[in-house]
Amino acid sequence: MLTLPPFTHHAPTSVDEALALLAQHKDALLIAGGTDLVPNMKHGLRSPAHLVSLRGLSSLAYTREENGEILLGATTLIQTLADDALVKKRLPALAEAAAQIAGPQLRRMGTLGGNLCLDTRCVYINQTHFWRRALGFCLKKDGTVCHVVKSGKRCVAAASNDTAPVLMTLGASVVLQSKHNVRRVPLTEFYVSDGIRNTVIGDDEILVEARIPAPRTGLCMAYEKLRQREAIDFPALGVAVTLSLDAQGLLETIRLAVTGLAARPQMVRCDDLAGRTVDEATAEAARHAFKQCHPLTNINIDPEWRREMIPIFVRRAIRRALSSPRR
Amino acid sequence: MATLFELTVNNERVQVAMSPQATLLEALRYGLSLTGSKQGCDKGDCGACTVLADGAPILSCITLAADAVGRRITTIEGLASPQGLDAVQEAFDVCGALQCGFCQSGMMVSARALLNVNSDPSLVEIKHALSGNLCRCTGYTKIFEAVQVAAGQRKPRLTGPPTLALPRKGGGE
Ligand SMILES: Cc1cc2nc3c(=O)[nH]c(=O)nc-3n(C[C@H](O)[C@H](O)[C@H](O)COP(=O)(O)OP(=O)(O)OC[C@H]3O[C@@H](n4cnc5c(N)ncnc54)[C@H](O)[C@@H]3O)c2cc1C
Ligand code: SF4
Repeated sequence: MLTLPPFTHHAPTSVDEALALLAQHKDALLIAGGTDLVPNMKHGLRSPAHLVSLRGLSSLAYTREENGEILLGATTLIQTLADDALVKKRLPALAEAAAQIAGPQLRRMGTLGGNLCLDTRCVYINQTHFWRRALGFCLKKDGTVCHVVKSGKRCVAAASNDTAPVLMTLGASVVLQSKHNVRRVPLTEFYVSDGIRNTVIGDDEILVEARIPAPRTGLCMAYEKLRQREAIDFPALGVAVTLSLDAQGLLETIRLAVTGLAARPQMVRCDDLAGRTVDEATAEAARHAFKQCHPLTNINIDPEWRREMIPIFVRRAIRRALSSPRR
Repeated sequence: MATLFELTVNNERVQVAMSPQATLLEALRYGLSLTGSKQGCDKGDCGACTVLADGAPILSCITLAADAVGRRITTIEGLASPQGLDAVQEAFDVCGALQCGFCQSGMMVSARALLNVNSDPSLVEIKHALSGNLCRCTGYTKIFEAVQVAAGQRKPRLTGPPTLALPRKGGGE
């Protein structure tokens, strides 16, 4: 039995009310589906004095296309992303990623906003307080050392959100709102390389929406996820790709992102691939990803094996993206 | 200091006094004595605590009681009716779809959620719908069979004597 630390629960019914609560209480956290936060609180990793629930904000549960952008509200359920007709048609890789998150119950609880703000994960941190104390605490919470990189001064717990790499390859941005301000941040700048806190969101801000430029005709996309079981598991590696071919069938554009390895989902640099044949570009993209990505022992799955799987999953993702029906 | 939560459980409005940080599972088990929902891992991994919220399967061990207010909660105790067991319960019984039985109520709630939206699921769909429920005895074969029996797709492989002396829909075998 794992008990929760004490907190005061607030159930605002509007975004403004929620923002006012965040502005008023310094030690407050948002709770949406709670599927990340509640286990973390049970493990003694978070102990906010106030919880501001987004459960009542049904106004943020939407998917729609408007002025050349696809807008996804923050409290949209993960299961909705997997099933929604607009998402499936326009952003099939996002629907694929959502359908592979956790298990059926968790997809009906978890939200897009919570997924994008998911805390980083590490085999040494997602444990009970008793377990962590027995080993000795680490940098991310209560300690001064890192058990993954022994001499490390920086936490390298893994970004593990499946939707993030897909949205990064689609050029998405997120809208962050506070009581006095609204700002729009490209997702590639939303994440930073710090496992203790890997996003730039402020304590008083709510991620209200993700905005994705409507994909142009001919843009292909796919998401491939490596995990031990076909359900429940977080990604041991996630690979997202979007690409397009020119009239001659040569590569025109490619964007590639990986997750599950380091503190932030990472874009793989693929600048030199335009104009190459599909076969050349696929092989080269796989080589780039292998060179640029370095799995660590932050999750309990052999890093050597995960590294070997990177080029395989990149090739698989590209092949599947190209074989999916053109829109 | 206790908080009074007003919940709707198995079609009844109930008030339950719990600590403010109680989970829905704790309110069900320790506040309302509905102990059919199991406290397994207690952190969202295993599915033994599965209940329906407005018809959708959720994990009650990581749902705050405070966040369950205003939702229609159905537990395993709410599946049966005065007329008898739910078809899913009957099928799990007849098929012997349990070993230690700890995962069973969560399995049956997930199966009910599936059959409510898909009355004739394929085996793949059944496996998918139960993929958030772990059975550590790994008795999955009979569990999948029971869901097929509940959907009226097949007869049980073995029909033993009924194991529960509860009233059966349609007067039993
Ligand atoms: C067993 C298990 C397996 C899982 N497997 C996966 C998996 O395979 N892939 C995966 O990606 N995830 C997985 N998850 C994690 C989680 O279920 C999902 O990421 C889910 O989408 C999180 O959303 P939530 O609404 O439940 O987040 P919450 O737990 O409510 O919130 C998570 C964090 O985000 C913050 N937050 C929430 N909403 C907002 C907002 N709108 N603005 C600003 N901050 C916000 C919260 O304060 C909190 O810090 C798993 C979880 C469990 C328990
Ligand atoms: S990467 Fe290091 S500091 Fe971060 S959670 Fe793991 S052990 Fe702790």
